[in-house]
Amino acid sequence: MSIPANLQYTSEHEWIRVEGNVAVVGITQYAADALGDIVYVDLPKAGTTISAGAIVGEAESTKSVGELFAPVSGDIVEANQAVIDSPELVNSDPYGAGWLFSVNFSSIGAVMSADDYEAMIAE
Amino acid sequence: MTLTQSPLDAIHRERGASFTDFAGWDMPVRYTSDLAEHHAVRTSAGIFDLSHMAEIYLTGPGAAAALDYALAGTLSSIPLGRAKYSLILSEAGTVVDDVIVYRLGEEKFLVVANAGNRFPAAAAIRERAEGFDCVVDDRSEEVALIAVQGPNALAILEATPGFSAEGLAELGYYRCLPREFNGESVLVGRTGYTGEDGFELYIDNAHAAELWRALESAGAEFDLLACGLACRDTLRLEAGMPLYGHELSLDLKPVQVGMEKVVDMSKDNFVGRDGVLAGVPANAPRLVGLQSEGKRAGRADYSVHGNDRTIGVVTSGALSPTLGYPIAFALVEPDFAELGTTISVDVRGTEIPAVVVPLPFYSRKARS
Repeated sequence: MSIPANLQYTSEHEWIRVEGNVAVVGITQYAADALGDIVYVDLPKAGTTISAGAIVGEAESTKSVGELFAPVSGDIVEANQAVIDSPELVNSDPYGAGWLFSVNFSSIGAVMSADDYEAMIAE
Repeated sequence: MTLTQSPLDAIHRERGASFTDFAGWDMPVRYTSDLAEHHAVRTSAGIFDLSHMAEIYLTGPGAAAALDYALAGTLSSIPLGRAKYSLILSEAGTVVDDVIVYRLGEEKFLVVANAGNRFPAAAAIRERAEGFDCVVDDRSEEVALIAVQGPNALAILEATPGFSAEGLAELGYYRCLPREFNGESVLVGRTGYTGEDGFELYIDNAHAAELWRALESAGAEFDLLACGLACRDTLRLEAGMPLYGHELSLDLKPVQVGMEKVVDMSKDNFVGRDGVLAGVPANAPRLVGLQSEGKRAGRADYSVHGNDRTIGVVTSGALSPTLGYPIAFALVEPDFAELGTTISVDVRGTEIPAVVVPLPFYSRKARS
C-alpha cells in the first residue's frame, strides 16, 4: 500500500500536495482500492469556490460511490480533464496522473502525516 | 459475529483477494480489478468460489412429489440429468427464494438456494416435505461450489489433469452430469449466473482446494482469471438475471417480475398457489430493464421519476462493463413499464433519463 511521505492526508482518504498557494488534491490508493475500478468522476469546475469539509464531487466505481470532500478552502484552479476522460487513472496512479483537482487555497482543513494516515487505516 | 470461511479461504488469501461479508460468509469480492474479472468471463474465462450457496438434497420415493408441492414449478417431470430454475413461494404467493433444482436420480434431487436464504429455504422445504416419503438433507456446509464461466470454460475442464471431462462437450445448457476429479465425485452442471457458457462444479469441501488449484493451473493458458463476487453481480445484471433481495423478495409475486411462466398453475396443489391465483393490485409495481446514456448509473434504492413524481425504485444498477452505458433493474408503476417508455433516475440529485428496454441487456448469442 503506497502512502507517499511527502503528502498530507485527510480522514476522508484524500491527499493534498501544497505547491505555494495551490493545493493539488487526489484520493489515496487505499480509497481507490476500496472503491474498486473507478468508472466515473464528478469534479468541481474551475472557478468554483469550495470550503474545507464540504462535498465537492464523487468517484463512482462499478460497485459503489465515494463522495469527495474538500480538504481545503479556496477556488478551484483546474479539474483534471485526463481523469474525467479516463477515470481508471485514479486506480492506476492515484498520486500522479490520477490527481483530481487543484485549489488556490486560503486555508487548509484538518490533515495528518503519512505515518498518522497509515496508522489510521491500519485500525 | 464470526464469518463462515469458505473451504477455499486459504487460496483466496494467497491471491490477495479483498473480502466481503456475504450472508455471513467471508467471500472474495475481487482479486485485482472488478472490470478485468468481468471482461475475462466475457472473453476468456473466470473461476469463482460460490461455496456460500446452499445445497439441499431430497432423497426418497416421495422426493419428486415433495418438490412439486414445495416449489412453484413441476420438478417430477424433469428427466435425470436435467436442471430447472424454480421458486419457493410463500402461502401468499410471494417469493421466499429462487433456486436451481438438479435431478440426480429417479429419487434424488439437489436444490441450490441462495446463501442468504439458506435457513428459510431449507426450513420451507423440510416442512413441506413432511408427509412425503423422502429425506431432506441440508449439506451447505459440507459442499463446495466452484464455477468456471466464459467461452474457454469447456477447454479448461478438458485440460485439467485428473478431471474426467468426457461428455461435457455434449452436455447441454441446464444439464448436469456426475464426473470425477482424482477419483472424487464432482457434480458438473452446465449452469451459471453470468450470461456466458460455463460450468458449476459441486464437490466435497475436503477436495475443493485441490480442484481449484488444478483448474487454475490448467486455465493459465486459456486466460482464466480468479473472479470475485463484485463482477458476478455486474455479469448477472447484464444477463438480466434477478438477485434475491433486489429483484425478488417476500413483497413481490412472480407476475410482477416477469416470472409467471416459472409457476405451473396446472398443478392442483402447491404452496403459494392460492396466493398467485389472487393476483396483484392493478397498480402493483413491475420489474423493468432501464438503459441510460453517459456514465452515471442508478443504484439500488434510487428513485425513479415519471410525470414529475416518483413512480418506482431502482433495484440494481451499474455502468455496464460490456455495453459501456448504464443499465438497471427497477420496479415501476405499470403505466411506466411499457418498452420504450422514457422515465428518469434520480442519481444523487441529478435526473438521468432512462428508457425501458427488453431483457436481457446482454446476450452472448446476440454478440457472436
